[in-house]
Amino acid sequence: MDAILELSDIHKSFGATKVLNGIDLVAERGEFITLLGSSGCGKTTTLRIISGLETPDSGRVILEGVDVTDAEPNKRGVHTVFQSYALFPHMNVESNIGYSLRLKGMKRAEIKAKVKEMLELVQLPGFEGRMPGELSGGQRQRVAIARSVVDSPRVLLLDEPLGALDLQLRRAMQVELKRLQKKLGITFIYITHDQEEALNMSDRIAVMRNGLFEQVGTPGDVYDRPKTAYVARFVGSANIIVRGGKTLAVRSEYLELEKDAAGYMPGVVKEKSFSGGMLRIAVETEAGELVASRHGIDSPLAPGDAVGVSWEPQNAVEVEPE
Amino acid sequence: MKNKTVLPNVYLAVLMILMYVPIVLVIIFSFNENKLSVRWDGFSWRWYEALFADRAMFESLVNSLILGGSASLAAAVIGTLGAVGSSKVKLPGKDAVEYLSTLPMMIPEIILGMVFMVFFSLIGLPFGMMTLIIAHTAFCIPYVFMLVRARLVGMDKSLEEAALDLGASKIYAFFTVVLPLIAPAILSGMLLSFAMSFDDVIISMFVTGVDSNTLPLRVYSQIKTGVTPEINALCTLILLVTVLILALAAVLSRIGRGKKEPEQAAEIEAR
Amino acid sequence: MKPKRRFRSETLMLVPLYVFTLVFVLGPLVYMVILSFLQRAETWGVTNEFTVQNYAGILEPVYLNTFVESFKLATLSTLLIILLGYPFGYFMAKLSQKWKGRMMMLLMIPFWTSSLIRLYGWIIIFRANGILDKILMGLGITDAPLKLLYTYPAVVVGMIYALLPFMIFSVYSSAEKMDWSLVEAARDLGASRIRAFLTVTLKMTLPGLLSGVILTFVPSMGLFFIADILGGNKVVLVGSLIQDQLMKAHNWPFAAALSVILTLLTSLLIVLYRRLAGVKDLEGLV
Repeated sequence: MDAILELSDIHKSFGATKVLNGIDLVAERGEFITLLGSSGCGKTTTLRIISGLETPDSGRVILEGVDVTDAEPNKRGVHTVFQSYALFPHMNVESNIGYSLRLKGMKRAEIKAKVKEMLELVQLPGFEGRMPGELSGGQRQRVAIARSVVDSPRVLLLDEPLGALDLQLRRAMQVELKRLQKKLGITFIYITHDQEEALNMSDRIAVMRNGLFEQVGTPGDVYDRPKTAYVARFVGSANIIVRGGKTLAVRSEYLELEKDAAGYMPGVVKEKSFSGGMLRIAVETEAGELVASRHGIDSPLAPGDAVGVSWEPQNAVEVEPE
Repeated sequence: MKNKTVLPNVYLAVLMILMYVPIVLVIIFSFNENKLSVRWDGFSWRWYEALFADRAMFESLVNSLILGGSASLAAAVIGTLGAVGSSKVKLPGKDAVEYLSTLPMMIPEIILGMVFMVFFSLIGLPFGMMTLIIAHTAFCIPYVFMLVRARLVGMDKSLEEAALDLGASKIYAFFTVVLPLIAPAILSGMLLSFAMSFDDVIISMFVTGVDSNTLPLRVYSQIKTGVTPEINALCTLILLVTVLILALAAVLSRIGRGKKEPEQAAEIEAR
Repeated sequence: MKPKRRFRSETLMLVPLYVFTLVFVLGPLVYMVILSFLQRAETWGVTNEFTVQNYAGILEPVYLNTFVESFKLATLSTLLIILLGYPFGYFMAKLSQKWKGRMMMLLMIPFWTSSLIRLYGWIIIFRANGILDKILMGLGITDAPLKLLYTYPAVVVGMIYALLPFMIFSVYSSAEKMDWSLVEAARDLGASRIRAFLTVTLKMTLPGLLSGVILTFVPSMGLFFIADILGGNKVVLVGSLIQDQLMKAHNWPFAAALSVILTLLTSLLIVLYRRLAGVKDLEGLV
């Protein structure tokens, strides 16, 4: 394996607020890694430390074997796609994409050709003369990506790049981004708070919480084999059930409800709701409120029904308590 | 029901018209053949001709242009650097110094003029163009500083970061990204500064020297001694310049900051 | 290493502003205070002796009277400006977005026109047998010229004319931000039109009104050239007094003491405003 980026024991505080409490990560060449976590968990700060826009209080950032912890952002060969895209509003698309090439002293004709090539890659041919203000959200996003990959950075950092797009466009862009990443072979460090997005696109996911990685692993690892209760809940929306001194994570689709039966524990149906093609049934039990989900909208159960709650043992994962 | 909607508009219109009456009168009488601005005797350019023949008047115009140009330029440099620096650096006592730097906007002009006068003679600075420029720069800085700061606050911080991230040095990022984006604010700050400087009587009166009469000072002394239609003509010309500058400032701030901005600029202008 | 380097390069940008402010703003203001406690020299200049005589001098009836007169004129002007300007700002805030912008532009032009030019226009209007006299006599309202120039009313008009825009801008900017549905809610709850205005509108626009008062009251104590041009030598304001002491009597310490008092009065008003309105910045100022 070929490590391109290495973070070791990164700590960072802003004033009295500790944001990062010892981050370790090794990214392989060409890997798509997602930092997944809710807002305020330290994802963006981690990204800014990699790009050099922040300096860690302690810990090292190693890029291709070189310690760049104290290097200026412009000396790293790492680019960022900002959440707001940060397209320069006073430059047209061509000047935006060509910005880093001009810095390198490339000739005008070469820049023109390169920009054209990039615009074809992101499926916006002929957009050279447009101003950022004239573009739609999705188009700006593509231009921002083109601008960041045009000079083949070693690592591309993406800060919730799809956050501002509507759901349909998001789905389409997820596929396209993944395609682009495979084609360019650039290492992506991607930030999101959307677990579906993370599971869809990543080679590996680092689930972040309170400035620490709770678990780093493949989508299969974090979804099917969560290490902690937090990961199970955040990534798989699993029910956390404490039974017999063990903390178990059971995803809602594995939770079985049987009317007027004993099961592992008794419960009472509280409410039903339908979303995303799934019927969600909330049950009040001694272990707190649990949620079971079913395909389809019909169910024999009604609020107030007494049920027995159970699950197949192989579907319950033992996790570290919170 | 109808009264309710019409009356306020009538009121607005009447008061607005009243505000323009004195200005319009000055313009009309500048073309009056008669020497006294009491009776209309027919159209004439003669006062403009007299004005252009007046050497002393021309000299004071040149003085005013030099003064306004230097003061607004100095204010633009100092105010812009200050606003950009202040958006990035946290220093102890920063708020206090910034408050102090905007004070010349709030202190009554008479006091500002008086403190400059006594201070300049304390440090032995000879009164003349230099003292005028310093005093004018002092009351122009707040306009540039506040306009640029407002612009910076409204600007996406990640724009500059994106430039650094794409490989630009801090200086290159400043000149290619930050400066073009705050340029409209700097320019409209400069234009407002120029207009303020070009109009100032009180402060100039205290810090001027024998050979550095400005246009407003000359107008003032002429109005005090006696009224000539030459002054009408001069006032009309000054008015024209002011309106042009204002229009330019409004256009600039509209280009730079979208539609809502002339309003904000207006609020800052209304010191 | 790195944070320090960053800190230095951008701190350099602050140097011109800081140096200029400390030398040419703070310096003069501090010297004004010092000067006000110094003894005037026999003929010209100051000696280094400490004295409070300059302040005691202000209490002499002649000077005290000037303060009282200035205060009266400022109060009268401010009251009239409120009466004229408040409705203007208030109605303006209710206009459509398009007209708001147009009115703003229309207000800007007289506001930015040289104050001298505007005053000069009033001379044309007020002078004996001038426009106003002609109109009034033509309409048969008066049968002899009023000769309003160089009178107290002329000065008041000049003050109103010079300072009205400040009141309009202040009231407008706070009325513009107001949530009009609150007034509707009050009306809906059974308040009469007047009651709704007093309990909701006035309260919400109070910061703007008060800031307008400060922006008009403070300058009207110092705008000596309005009194000079439109009032002849009949109306003497604190501003005129300071100018005379400085330029004619060459009593700088006394002028400094007058300025300190005027500055204190100004600050007092601003502090009072912050208490009353509960805000930090003057409405319509920033």
